[in-house]
Amino acid sequence: MKQIKGVNDFVVKFANVNGTGSASANHLFAKAIFRMGVPVSPRNIFPSNIQGLPTWYEVRVSAKGYLGRRGGVDLMLCVNPQTMEDDIASIEPGGYFVYDSTRPLAPHLKRDDITTFGIPLTEMCMREFKVARLQQLLKNVVYVGALAALLDIEFSILKDLLNDQFKGKEKLISPNVHALEMGYQFAQENFKCPLPIRLDPSVIDAPHIRESKHILMNGNTAAALGAIYGGATVAAWYPITPSTSVVDAFSKYAERMRIDPGTGKRNFAIIQAEDELAAMGIVVGASWNGARAFTATSGPGLSLMSEFLGLAYFAELPVVLIDVQRSGPSTGMPTRSQQSDILAAAYASHGDTKHVLLFPATPRECFDMTVEAFDLAEQLQTPVIMMSDLDLGMNDWMSPPLEWDDNYEMSRGKVLDADALDTAQSWGRYVDVDGDGICYRTLPGTHPDKGAFFTRGSSKNDMAIYSEKGEDYVQNVDRLLRKFETAKSYVPVPKVHDPIPVAKPKTKLKLGALFFGTSASPSYEAVEILADEGYPIDVMRIRAFPFHESLDAFVHEHDLVFVIEQNRDGQMRQLIMNECHIAPDKLTSVLNYSGTPITARTIARQIRQALNATSADIVKLHPETA
Amino acid sequence: MSYYKPKFQHPKLPKNELGYTVADYDGAVSTLCAGCGHDSISAAIRNACFLSAIPPHRIAKLSGIGCSSKMPTYFLGRSHGFNSVHGRMPSVATGASVANRDLIYLGVSGDGDTASIGMGQFVHLIRRNVNMTYIVANNGCYGLTKGQDSATADLGSVGKYGTKNPFDGIDLASLAVLQGASFVGRSFSGDKEQLEPLIRAAMAHRGFAFIDVVSPCVTFANNVGSTKSYAATRENLDAMPIDFVPMREEIRTQYKEGSSQTVTLHDGSIIHLLKARKDYKADSREDALMALQKANSTGKVLTGLLYLDPNSQDLNQVLELASKPLNSLGMDELCPGSRVLKSINEGLR
Ligand SMILES: Cc1ncc(C[n+]2csc(CCOP(=O)(O)OP(=O)(O)O)c2C)c(N)n1
Ligand code: SF4
Ligand SMILES: [Mg+2]
Repeated sequence: MKQIKGVNDFVVKFANVNGTGSASANHLFAKAIFRMGVPVSPRNIFPSNIQGLPTWYEVRVSAKGYLGRRGGVDLMLCVNPQTMEDDIASIEPGGYFVYDSTRPLAPHLKRDDITTFGIPLTEMCMREFKVARLQQLLKNVVYVGALAALLDIEFSILKDLLNDQFKGKEKLISPNVHALEMGYQFAQENFKCPLPIRLDPSVIDAPHIRESKHILMNGNTAAALGAIYGGATVAAWYPITPSTSVVDAFSKYAERMRIDPGTGKRNFAIIQAEDELAAMGIVVGASWNGARAFTATSGPGLSLMSEFLGLAYFAELPVVLIDVQRSGPSTGMPTRSQQSDILAAAYASHGDTKHVLLFPATPRECFDMTVEAFDLAEQLQTPVIMMSDLDLGMNDWMSPPLEWDDNYEMSRGKVLDADALDTAQSWGRYVDVDGDGICYRTLPGTHPDKGAFFTRGSSKNDMAIYSEKGEDYVQNVDRLLRKFETAKSYVPVPKVHDPIPVAKPKTKLKLGALFFGTSASPSYEAVEILADEGYPIDVMRIRAFPFHESLDAFVHEHDLVFVIEQNRDGQMRQLIMNECHIAPDKLTSVLNYSGTPITARTIARQIRQALNATSADIVKLHPETA
Repeated sequence: MSYYKPKFQHPKLPKNELGYTVADYDGAVSTLCAGCGHDSISAAIRNACFLSAIPPHRIAKLSGIGCSSKMPTYFLGRSHGFNSVHGRMPSVATGASVANRDLIYLGVSGDGDTASIGMGQFVHLIRRNVNMTYIVANNGCYGLTKGQDSATADLGSVGKYGTKNPFDGIDLASLAVLQGASFVGRSFSGDKEQLEPLIRAAMAHRGFAFIDVVSPCVTFANNVGSTKSYAATRENLDAMPIDFVPMREEIRTQYKEGSSQTVTLHDGSIIHLLKARKDYKADSREDALMALQKANSTGKVLTGLLYLDPNSQDLNQVLELASKPLNSLGMDELCPGSRVLKSINEGLR
C-alpha cells in the first residue's frame, strides 16, 4: 500500500466528544509542534453545545508556512464512535487512522487503503489511574504521547508545556507526564515509528516565520490587547460566541494593567449590557462624552445594533465595533466561521448609511487594526467596524509578534477644547471648515458658555439647530459622503504582492484575485498551486472599506478577477460592484460557506473550473486577449 | 408654540450664587402644543437648576424620542444634549456617565419611550443605579405619533376618539420602587410647588433618581374620561408637598414638630416631607409600595417623594472607577507600553 509521505507537511485531525478535556490535549499537541519551530495552524471545529456532541480539532503542519486550511486529512485520530464512520471516510488514500481499540473496530469500517493503529486508550487509563475524571481526561494525553512517537515530536517540549500549563497545580504534572509516556511507549513498542509523515525542525521552507519569531495567539486576544493599548476605557457587550473572548481578554488584561497604582481604582469600565442594543447605546454614550469605547459582537448582535449604528453615523460619533463573524442566526451554526456580515455591516441601518470596515487577516493585524479603529473612528467621527471571524478570533494562529511604538499618541480628531473655543471666531458643529467633510466636535462640559449643542440624527442644519428643511438635510448627508471619500485616504491600503513568475503561462488572460481576512492564507496558497499549473494570478488583499482607488485600478487592469470569500452571496463582490461601478462579469466569486474555513484546494478547484467554463465567454468579452 | 421668549433680559433679574439669572438656564423656544404639560416640566427643570445654582455646562441632557424627549431643547441651552434613539436613552446615559463621572446627568423621557419600547433598558438602568435623574413626562399616550394609548394608560381611560383602554396600565413609580431604584418620586406638571423641589432633590441624590410626572397631552389625552387629563389629575391628586434645602443653605423655615419628616441626602442636603403621614416612612420600600397600591386602587394620584435610599452605591462606585473621569485619561495612564508587550509576546511562544 502506498503511504502518504511528508516532512513537516501534513494534516492531522482529532475527532472528539466535547466536554471531555480533549481541547487542552489537542492544544498541547499543536503548541509542541510550534515550539519545535515548525509552522503549524490548529483549528477547533466545535458544536454549539457544552457537553456530549462531536467536536474536531484540525492541525495543519506546513513547511512552507501556509496557515490556511489545505483540505483533506492525512492522519485522523478518532475517539468519538458517533462520527467514526464519516471520519474514516474522510482520510486521504494512503493516510493513517488512530483509534481507541478498547472496543474493536467494526469490520465495515476497515479500509485497506489506509494504515490503522489501535491504541487501547480507555483500557490503559482504567488500569493506570484511580480517579474517574482523570481516567477520562488522560486518555487525551495518552494519545498525544503516541502521536509524539508516530510523528517525531520532541518529548521534552511536551513535558515543558505540561509544566507551564500546570504551574500552581503541581500535583497534576506527574499523572499527565505519566500518561504521555504511556502513549509514547505503547507506540514505540507496537508501531513502526516514526511514520512517513513526520516532523523535522531542521527542514523548514519558511525562513520568514522563524526569523520574525512568531507567536501563537488568537485574534480575539490580540484585539483585546489592541483595545488596551489603543486607550479604550469603556467596553460594553452582551455575550455571544465567537466574540465573547474579546471582552473576556480585555477584562483580564485591564484588571492587570489598568488599575490606578495610587488608589487601586479602575481606569476602565466594562459593562455587561442587557442586550446588544444597550451595549451599542453605552458605547455611543461614552463616545459622545469623548471616551474611547467599544463593543464586540457577532451577526445577531450586529442586527440589534443596527439602529444605533445609524444614529452614530448621522450624529457623527466615533464608535468601535468588533464583529467576530459566524454563520447565520442563533440557531444557524453559531460556532462555525463565515465572512457573511459584509453587506450588513457596510450598509447597516436606516437611511443612507455606509460604514468604515477593517479586515484583519492575522492576530497581529487584529491588534494593529483595533488600535487603528479607535484612531479612525475619532478622526472620522463615525463608526468603525472591524470584521474578524470565528476562525481568526478563536483559533490560535502563528503570527508575527505584536509591536508597539512608545511614541504613539491617540489621534483624537477635530475636538475643540475650552481654549480653542475661546479663540475660535465662530463655530458650528457641522460646518465643513476644512472641506474634507469632517467638522469640529465639542465634548459636554467643556466650556461655560461656548460649544454646547444638541446632538441628534439628521434633522439639523450645520449649526446643529433643529431643521427639517430639505436643503439642510441634503447639505448634511452630501457632506457625510464627502467625509466617506476622505476616509479612503485614511484607512489601511490593500496589500499587493509580486506575481509569481510562471514560465509558460497556459492563458493569455490577465487574471487577478481579491480576498480578505481569513480567506487570505488559503488564497495565497491556491495562487501558488495554480502558478505551478501554469496560471499566473495577481493578488490583492483588501484591508478596508471604503475601497482604496488602487482596487478600482486592479480590477480594471485585469480581464478576470476572482473574489474569494466565505459566504453564499459573494457579498464582497457585490460591495465592489456597487462601490466601484464594475461590470458583474468581470468579477467571479470563489466561495465556501459550509461553516468550516475555506481551504486552498477548494479555491484552486473553483478557479480551475471557472477558467475552463468561462474562457469562451471571456474571449467574447475581451477578444484582444484571446 | 406655547410661549414667546423675549431675548431681552431684565437687568434686575435675581442671580443665583454663581451669578446666573434664570434666563441663563433657558433653552430654545418650545415647539410643543400650547398648554402641553411637558412645557411646565421644562420650566420646572430650568428653575430647579437655577435655584440649585448648578453650572449649566456641567449638566448633560439626554432623551429618547417623543414630544417629551424633545423637551431638552427647550431648557438649559448652555448644556450639551443628546436626542438619542426611541427607548434607548438609558444605555446612552449609562455610557456617558461612566465615561465622565463629573457631569450631572439629566434624562428626559416619555411614557411610550420608557414603559413600552424602552422598558428593558429602563429596568436595567435602575438595576445599575446609574448616577442620574430620570424624568418621565407621563401623558398615557404617544403624543408624537398622534395619540395611541401607551402602556401607562389606565385601564378604562378613554382616548380622544372615545375608545376605552382595555389593558392594565404599568405604574412606573411602583415598578421603580420594586426594582430597587434609590430615589423615586411622582409629581404633576401642574404642581410646580412640588415638582421643583423634587427635581432639585433628585439632582442632588447620588445614584438613580426617578420622577414620574403626570403631564397631560392637551391634544390627544385631555378629553373627558381620560385619567391623565388636567381635570382628572387635579381632581384625584393626593399630593405630599416637600421642601428641599441644599447642603449649603441654612434651614430657615421652622416646621412644626410631628407634622414633618426629614430625610438627609448623602451630600448633607435635606428634604422635608411636609404633612408627613404616620403610616409612611420615605426610606421604606414597603411603605411606598403599600401607599402606591392604595392610591392606585382608589383612583388617586399619589405624588411626592415616594422612596429614598440616600446611601446607595451608584454604578461608578460598584465599578470602582477611578476618580479621574475616564474620558480625561492619557496614554501614560492607559497604555502599558512596549516592554510589557514584549513580555506578552514571550508568553505566547
Ligand atoms: C424605533 C422607533 N419606533 C417608532 C418610532 C415612532 N415614535 C416616535 S415617538 C413615539 C412615541 C412617543 O411616546 P412618548 O414616549 O409617550 O412621548 P410623548 O410624545 O407622548 O411625549 C413613537 C412610537 C420611533 N421614533 N422609533
Ligand atoms: S401632542 Fe401632546 S404631548 Fe405632544 S406636544 Fe402636543 S400636547 Fe404635548
Ligand atoms: Mg407619552
